[in-house]
Amino acid sequence: MLNQFALLGRSVLDRLAGIGRSGGVVWQSLVAKPAPFVMFPLLLKQIYFIGVLSLVIIIVSGLFIGMVLGLQGYTILVDYGSEQAVGQMVALSLVRELAPVVTALLFAGRAGSALTAEIGLMKATEQLSSLEMIGVDPLRRIVAPRLWAGFISMPILAIIFAMVGIWGGALVSVEWLGIFEGSFWSNMQNSVSFTGDVLNGVIKAVVFGIVVTWIAVFQGYDCVPTSEGISQATTRTVVYSSLAVLALDFILTALMFGDL
Amino acid sequence: MSVNNSPESIIDISALSFSRGTRQIFRHVDMKIPRGKITAIMGPSGTGKTTLLKLIGGQLRPDGGHIEIDGLDVHGISRQQLFTLRERMGMLFQSGALFTDMSVYENVAFPIKVHTKLPDDMVRDIVLLKLQAVGLRGARDLMPSELSGGMARRVALARAIALDPDIVMYDEPFTGQDPIAKGVLVKLIRQINEALGHTSIIVSHDIQETMSIADNIFLLSDGEVIASGSPQELLSNQTEQVKQFMQGLPDGPVPFHFSDDDVLEDLYFTEER
Ligand SMILES: Nc1ncnc2c1ncn2[C@@H]1O[C@H](COP(=O)(O)OP(=O)(O)OP(=O)(O)O)[C@@H](O)[C@H]1O
Ligand SMILES: [Mg+2]
Repeated sequence: MLNQFALLGRSVLDRLAGIGRSGGVVWQSLVAKPAPFVMFPLLLKQIYFIGVLSLVIIIVSGLFIGMVLGLQGYTILVDYGSEQAVGQMVALSLVRELAPVVTALLFAGRAGSALTAEIGLMKATEQLSSLEMIGVDPLRRIVAPRLWAGFISMPILAIIFAMVGIWGGALVSVEWLGIFEGSFWSNMQNSVSFTGDVLNGVIKAVVFGIVVTWIAVFQGYDCVPTSEGISQATTRTVVYSSLAVLALDFILTALMFGDL
Repeated sequence: MSVNNSPESIIDISALSFSRGTRQIFRHVDMKIPRGKITAIMGPSGTGKTTLLKLIGGQLRPDGGHIEIDGLDVHGISRQQLFTLRERMGMLFQSGALFTDMSVYENVAFPIKVHTKLPDDMVRDIVLLKLQAVGLRGARDLMPSELSGGMARRVALARAIALDPDIVMYDEPFTGQDPIAKGVLVKLIRQINEALGHTSIIVSHDIQETMSIADNIFLLSDGEVIASGSPQELLSNQTEQVKQFMQGLPDGPVPFHFSDDDVLEDLYFTEER
């Protein structure tokens, strides 16, 4: 019994220590003296790997989710004779919830896992150590550009997801189901507010981007430098960031739309 | 047994203690590495030679004791100062540790580009000279994944000396090299040392090669320095442990096996117990 308490205490302490260390990693890498000439090309390269290469999965998923929303919205709304409101429903669900959340989940699987594995492998093959011995801080050279690239890419990906999704919704409901195009778009414009919906959605995407990238980078940097260690760290990245995104989404939604 | 009698030491290790988990790797080790000389660190596999280099480089933190480089306490200075200090050190990692996303040329050019503002054509000249010195000028466009193990280590060596650092640490430079390359590397290490007056620390198991270039040898075993001195002094050392290591005998006071329970007991009796 006592033993179990000790184990529990131990694992709580380990978790806390992990959070502390991860805070330290982020702090050390972002609070560096900016060196734009070195940083900028590295940042562009990472934005390419993290952001641009995620575009395909984001666009395809956004399209399908928008089309499904259009279809489901129509079949539900048509019973009440208000199928003209499908544009509003598609846009609100995407902008407020689905774009930030689904993008973050896809981003964790596509870019987060790759970040963890890449940094973990650099650690295992002593590339991080050898950077250190060359006199280059790996937190600034390797970690910082990846963190910034994640912070920047994720909100942009979420915005693209929402736009493609809305277009997919329009495709299904206007082109296929024959809703009048004018009422589809005007309903949408009347009901989606910029500050209330779009801005809140972007804030969510920014928060998710920070959390997912932070988790991914730290898991790689802190992994046990072996094959098993890297594979476990990659799994943890996907699991932890998905859970964190869903939990944070609930909290943010409650704060933004809950009228508390 | 004489301790090194050079008054000028560049690295001063005092009362160094370090453990990994419950295993104590160093117990109050004292060492002085003389400036401008080639110092070899030898000892059975797993005694902590690589660990010692990482402690000197400030990548590991000792449990007790100090390591001073030119009077600077490696573990007492700020992170920023430590990185500045490391610009004066070069290290050849046991695994090579080349950057896998860069070509051979870029790997060697990397330290030069980060730490100097030399124009590109000058960087190019330096890189090609260093690659020439390790016999791999023709491999400059290959990626690390396209190199053999021995080639990768030679590229790593070229990278370690790219900035002409004051202190070069070589972790097993001869491992995996054919006899010709070994000879070339021995000459290269001596040349770097003589021409530029650098301090070299070599970790190696190749007794012959090491004997032929080292000015000074430390023999580590079981967490302690068991002998030190010039190669001749070590060869004529009559202590059982030293003789065993220098002559490569399997039996003797230096344990070959990692932990010491009886092999027969382990093989035959564990199942029945
Ligand atoms: N990351 C680690 N975690 C735990 N123990 C380690 C770690 N790295 C090394 N050790 C232990 O530290 C001891 C010293 O290792 P080290 O790599 O310094 O040996 P070495 O003298 O360089 O051996 P070799 O000649 O085989 O390279 C070994 O017994 C090893 O078991
Ligand atoms: Mg070693």
